Amino acid sequence: MTTSLPDQPRIGLFVTCLVDLFRPSIGFAAVKLLEGAGCIVEAPLAQVCCGQPAYNSGDRADAREIARQVIESFDKYDYIVAPSGSCAGMLRKHYPALFEDEPDMAERAAAFALRCYELIAFLTDVLRVSAVHAKFSGSVTYHDSCSSLREMGTAAQPRTLLRTVEGLTLVEADQQDICCGFGGTFSVKYPDISNAMVSAKTAALAETGADLVAGGDLGCLMNIAGKLAREGSSMRVRHIAEILAGELDAPPIASRR
Amino acid sequence: MQPSSSNFKPNAAAALADSTLQRALAKARSGFQSKRARARSELPEFDALCEQAKDIKNHTLAHLDLYLEIFEQKVTESGGRVHWARTPEQARKLILGICKEAGAHTITKGKSMVAEEIALNPALEAAGFQPVETDLGEYIVQIRKEVPSHIIAPAFHLTREQVEADFRRTHLDLDKDRSLTKPEELVAEARGILRDKFVKADVGITGANFLVAETGSSVIVTNEGNADLTHLLPRVHIVLTTIEKLVPNLSDVSGILRVLARSATGQDISMYTTFMTGPRRPGDPDGPEAYHVVLLDNGRSEMLGAEFQDMLRCIRCGSCINHCPVYGAVGGHAYGWVYPGPMGAVLTPSLIGVHEAGHLPNASSFCGRCEAVCPMKIPLPKMMRHWREREFEQGESPRIQRMSIKAWSWLARRPQLYRRVMGPLIGLLGEWGKRRGNFRWLPMAGQWLKHRDLAAPAGRSFHELWQLEQNRRIREADIRR
Repeated sequence: MTTSLPDQPRIGLFVTCLVDLFRPSIGFAAVKLLEGAGCIVEAPLAQVCCGQPAYNSGDRADAREIARQVIESFDKYDYIVAPSGSCAGMLRKHYPALFEDEPDMAERAAAFALRCYELIAFLTDVLRVSAVHAKFSGSVTYHDSCSSLREMGTAAQPRTLLRTVEGLTLVEADQQDICCGFGGTFSVKYPDISNAMVSAKTAALAETGADLVAGGDLGCLMNIAGKLAREGSSMRVRHIAEILAGELDAPPIASRR
Repeated sequence: MQPSSSNFKPNAAAALADSTLQRALAKARSGFQSKRARARSELPEFDALCEQAKDIKNHTLAHLDLYLEIFEQKVTESGGRVHWARTPEQARKLILGICKEAGAHTITKGKSMVAEEIALNPALEAAGFQPVETDLGEYIVQIRKEVPSHIIAPAFHLTREQVEADFRRTHLDLDKDRSLTKPEELVAEARGILRDKFVKADVGITGANFLVAETGSSVIVTNEGNADLTHLLPRVHIVLTTIEKLVPNLSDVSGILRVLARSATGQDISMYTTFMTGPRRPGDPDGPEAYHVVLLDNGRSEMLGAEFQDMLRCIRCGSCINHCPVYGAVGGHAYGWVYPGPMGAVLTPSLIGVHEAGHLPNASSFCGRCEAVCPMKIPLPKMMRHWREREFEQGESPRIQRMSIKAWSWLARRPQLYRRVMGPLIGLLGEWGKRRGNFRWLPMAGQWLKHRDLAAPAGRSFHELWQLEQNRRIREADIRR
């Protein structure tokens, strides 16, 4: 962004359907982090899904209509922030391409896209947050989701903030840039291949000996946590926002406690 | 080769259950990845060279007709001959004709994926010729009566032990007690066998990594030098390749060569880079008496000017394949035709039809690693999505999948209704899953639950709780006032 940051930027929180349905604690952690950095946060009710299931299944027409609705509901905000690299990536990188045949809308989507961010990169890159006030006792390994890493170029930012959590030791896993095998509908269309990928991922994560896996995308985390649970592993899984916000009341993902 | 891409799912399941294959894949993939990473880090201008390479190919593709005409003219001037083949049948017919005319018996072959594409070996054998693959990996695959599982490493799917067993089974004239435990011993044995074939061969057939319009040359890179012997020793040399291999001039080739081997095997440059221009001239110490270039189209000209044109930039380095977690899990044969991995997922539907190859562009998590390592910056995930769009439009994708996506999208555009439907559902699931925190069984979630548990929802949606929080904040503000 070339424009200067407003004193109190108004944020439209794109909650994401998974966070809304499965794990509201991530949304609340995001609100806490954003408000703590001086933002006004709203979560418009007219939002459901970013359209990725349709877009990635080849249903371009439906993806476009969902995109139109999201742009409509969120256009009034200074920034649109999602606690997910994948959904933020959809808004930022793919919405403009959906309106190739509608020049007016394409222009609007392109301007909109520039104001869409993944939560952690928004905190560090736009709000210039360099440290958080949170405690976590234990070792944590960070899982890069493919969209965050490759589509949004987010890799250093989450690690920078995690290192400022009191009591937290950050350990790095092997094969960090390899997909966990989630891939949205891929995980149910090709469950056996997805399983081979997530098994390799949980093995690499377990190798670190970390107490907890943190990541920025609930889809990947549900995949990893679901596999760890099936394997009977004691490793816990949480969204990075919960750790950075010190919001640890909800049990870890796919876990009783 | 008869495609079996429509059997991708069972092919993949069999591959995942094959422990020998899994061992071979694990070993091969990690080597390629680390070597490429090192080569890239050692060349600071690598990314700039990739951009340049991409521009060269884009330029060539934009003027392909022009460069093809120049290429043909230059080949003719150097004493060679260009043959145009629109279809695999035409290409096979042309090659069989040349071999018959040459009175050939033994035909040596350099590794060529285009030869696989047109199923050349079965055609040569059926016509009474004896084709011998001279690339080590390709030779191994040939004696196993298999097809390559990787475009630059045909025997990627095999372990050393398997190759040893194949050599003992096939090379019956050699000492039974010989040692074949080291890779060098296997190489030496294959070399001994192949030397004899090189000398006997009447016709040599190679592919081409590049065609140079300026000089009419074909360029081939190998690490074994087998393409040189295939080109130089027989009386007749046939280059079988496709129209998009063209570049304008020699300096373009040298630019692209700098990223080719680094992306493929992590070498600065391959052991042999050979420029072949026409037949033997008077005074040349060696070289073929006749030089033919068979230029195959097979659907490529239809990709020009359309949404899959970027794929024609591909230089077949195999980097996308080496870095693909799906390929890494199932290997190349699961893809069921010549080109596996991400490049195959885009190219195969173009060449054999999306009806047969529909699984390939779908079997991707869109992780984007292929595009990130592609030296030609081909937007592979984007093009896989294009295929999914075509399938969706044509009703090729599974009905249940289409219905679910349509239903979800319909609901997603009606937030109020969505919340009325989803609220009670997650309430129920939240209550049900509270004790364990996850589910091991649920109706309609079988594909997910096959290999992993499903996290239980918290029970109340973010939006429901957020409304309560908003109300609480308003009350708090009122009290303070």
